[in-house]
Amino acid sequence: MLSFIAKRVLATIPVMGVVALFVFLMLRLGPGDPATVIAGDYASPADVERIREQLGLNQPIVTQFGKWIWTLLQGDLGISIFSDLPVAKLIGQRVEPTLVLALTTLIFSVLVAVPLGVIAAWKSGTWIDRTIMVFSVAGFSIPVFVLGYMLIYSFSLDLRWLPVQGYKSPFDGLIPFLRHITLPTLALSVIYIALIARITRASVLEVLGEDYIRTARAKGQAESKVLLVHALKNAAVPIVTVIGLGIALLIGGVVITESVFNIPGLGRLVVDAILKRDYPIIQGLILMFSFVYVLVNLAIDIVYTLVDPRIRY
Amino acid sequence: MKFSRRALLMAAAVAAPLAAMASLSSTAAAEKVLRVIPHADLKNIDPIWTTAYITRNHGYMVYDTLFAMDENLKPQPQMVDTWTVSDDKLTWTFKLRDGLKWHDGNPVTAEDCVASLKRWGKRDGMGQALMDVTASLTAADDKTIVMKLKEPYGLVLDSIGKISSNVPFMMPKRLAETDPFKQVPEIVGSGPFIFKKDLWQPGAKVVYVKNPNYVPRSEPPSGAAGGKIAKVDRVEWLYIPDSQTAMNALISGEVDYYEQAPADLAPIIAKEPGVVVEVNDPLGAQGMLRMNHQLPPFNNPKLRQAVLHTIDQNIYLQAAVGNPDFYKACYSYYACGSPLASEAGFGPYKKPDLAAAKKLLAEGGYDGTPIVLMQPTDVPILSAFSLVTAQRLREIGMKVDLQAMDWSTLTSRRAKKDPVDQGGWNIFHTWWIGGDITNPVLATGLGGGGVERAWFGWPDDPELEKMRSAFAREGDAAKQKALADAIQTRALKTGTHGNVGTFFVPVAYRDNVKGLIKSPVQFFWNIDVQR
Repeated sequence: MLSFIAKRVLATIPVMGVVALFVFLMLRLGPGDPATVIAGDYASPADVERIREQLGLNQPIVTQFGKWIWTLLQGDLGISIFSDLPVAKLIGQRVEPTLVLALTTLIFSVLVAVPLGVIAAWKSGTWIDRTIMVFSVAGFSIPVFVLGYMLIYSFSLDLRWLPVQGYKSPFDGLIPFLRHITLPTLALSVIYIALIARITRASVLEVLGEDYIRTARAKGQAESKVLLVHALKNAAVPIVTVIGLGIALLIGGVVITESVFNIPGLGRLVVDAILKRDYPIIQGLILMFSFVYVLVNLAIDIVYTLVDPRIRY
Repeated sequence: MKFSRRALLMAAAVAAPLAAMASLSSTAAAEKVLRVIPHADLKNIDPIWTTAYITRNHGYMVYDTLFAMDENLKPQPQMVDTWTVSDDKLTWTFKLRDGLKWHDGNPVTAEDCVASLKRWGKRDGMGQALMDVTASLTAADDKTIVMKLKEPYGLVLDSIGKISSNVPFMMPKRLAETDPFKQVPEIVGSGPFIFKKDLWQPGAKVVYVKNPNYVPRSEPPSGAAGGKIAKVDRVEWLYIPDSQTAMNALISGEVDYYEQAPADLAPIIAKEPGVVVEVNDPLGAQGMLRMNHQLPPFNNPKLRQAVLHTIDQNIYLQAAVGNPDFYKACYSYYACGSPLASEAGFGPYKKPDLAAAKKLLAEGGYDGTPIVLMQPTDVPILSAFSLVTAQRLREIGMKVDLQAMDWSTLTSRRAKKDPVDQGGWNIFHTWWIGGDITNPVLATGLGGGGVERAWFGWPDDPELEKMRSAFAREGDAAKQKALADAIQTRALKTGTHGNVGTFFVPVAYRDNVKGLIKSPVQFFWNIDVQR
């Protein structure tokens, strides 16, 4: 197992290398030039060229790439072209809101979706099952921003219970944190609840038809034990897989949710950087997202061995 | 009663944060905070390094200027106390006011101001023009700046009192000596607010606190001039890029002031109790249609005139803004409402004339080559302008290749002088705020310096340049006005660019916010929040 983890961690190095090269080339070969954005409307071509020179953008692409990789290997993500601040600092300022929103969404989604899926499977074909599945389809179909605005309208503008926007750290107090994170979490969770509930239902339903379930029932096991111990544990592999895949979706969803609720997280940072062509930020963030995704996949592979002892690496 | 050591420690551990919180909340209660949604994110903080309007507004918070434009766009002394001009108009002497201090506590000196003017003069268009005619710029003593000119120049005060980017903000010499193509390493000004760099979160929040050492002028505030009195202890810029969320935050009272409320949301915001929506910028912004004078077919003046004849400002403004409360037709290249605004030369272009346009197209020998029109889809107003232009040109028989892109791509592509099939272009739209187009030197679009010196599109008209130069050197206001009219007439004849109308972006604020200053630039001194 340890050698498997070590191999997988080592395998991330070439993956990150390919991502780094791809992102770098995509940005440099694509249209747009940060020097023209900085120079503004009045700048002469000579001014633009001097800015390019100052930023090192006039150097050959190979040189620029080499310099970036060299600083990267020293653990430095570079300096933002526009704010002149270290990219690591900018990412550091934004990690907490994104991480917290992703975690609250993940926890809330799993806590709601798995029981809903199990209940739907257990009551398969009944009105309970159909109701859950109708909500699941609806949840899957409503875009995050529509739901976000609906929640803001209802809970913030109409009832005045919760704030419209912003983020408060849990370290600054639990109540302000919960007041600010509730609506974004709800808005972002719905699609994952729908996704996980459907997969849980299908997976549990398949397991419920197995011989060992019939045997457990024949032995007089309580239905709750049959469902939670025998059925759910054996249905867990696809559920864990979809939760893992959901994290990739979550990265996309976070961008929109952060915009709607004005959360100063990584999603907004990447969008702003792309619009301004702040290359070091875009490169740093995409590398980080890729790294996180590779780690999540690794974690899921490890979780497989915990939920299914037959899986060994 | 006895307490164990553990109990006492626990009590202390609980009490300390509570006491800290209590002290924080009492400080917060005493502090007056103005919460603002700015029009853009403050990404860079050196207003000489970049022309971004948001950085210019940041500059006005932190820095001060020697002169500043009042509400009538007349330059008035700001950091300067008294000034004199020699009889031959070649030597200008400025004496600084008493009591001026940088945020680091050091006194403001004439040497600091000389270094600041020189740095600005290397980046700003008007600054470069002023430096071209400057023989020497020196500090005679701690408080006296002496500027000696090679020849009389009519725009000395208009240049150093310039209201919009790049504004000649004053910085300490040690910072002003930074390469103008590099950002200054720290922000130390002498303005009414102090920038809190440690609290700056690009993309989210900017914090300024009142400068307790600022000595305001005694005159009432007027435009960028007059007394700059900070009436709040702290100003927070909370960047909210989503306009719907920004509107909701204002309505719910989470912010006090929304600098640029979109015209389509303005009526909704205005219906909310406790919220005021109004136009605070009397000059607005002028939409521009720019053609590439160096590439066919618009290297032919007849075809440029044909395009000018298609312009119906009301159609453009209706498509881009929609709400007539926030736009108006304006037949002048200088901002309507500014002293030089005039309809000189606009006679044939006030109403669209498609028949004349078609005739000119035929006379000009348009051969059906598609026109590359760049459409920045991430800037709604410019995107709408582009769609209208595409439609109007098609109506007169031109073929249009409307190319969608984002604004960043457009800004780099518009610098390309290559033929269209190698990445060049024929038309794009932009706008200028009124403060940027108040005279023919400032109005970059009127330049005729060709590929070397003119703005993107590169009109090449030596006569026009000669007239602009004469304007800059003219000291008499009446003669300047006559020259400005002649320049506009000439520019229309050669078709430097099209004016597609003036629009206004309203501000929206809670009704407890008082003391807004009417100006093309938003200032935050004199504003009070009554809680």
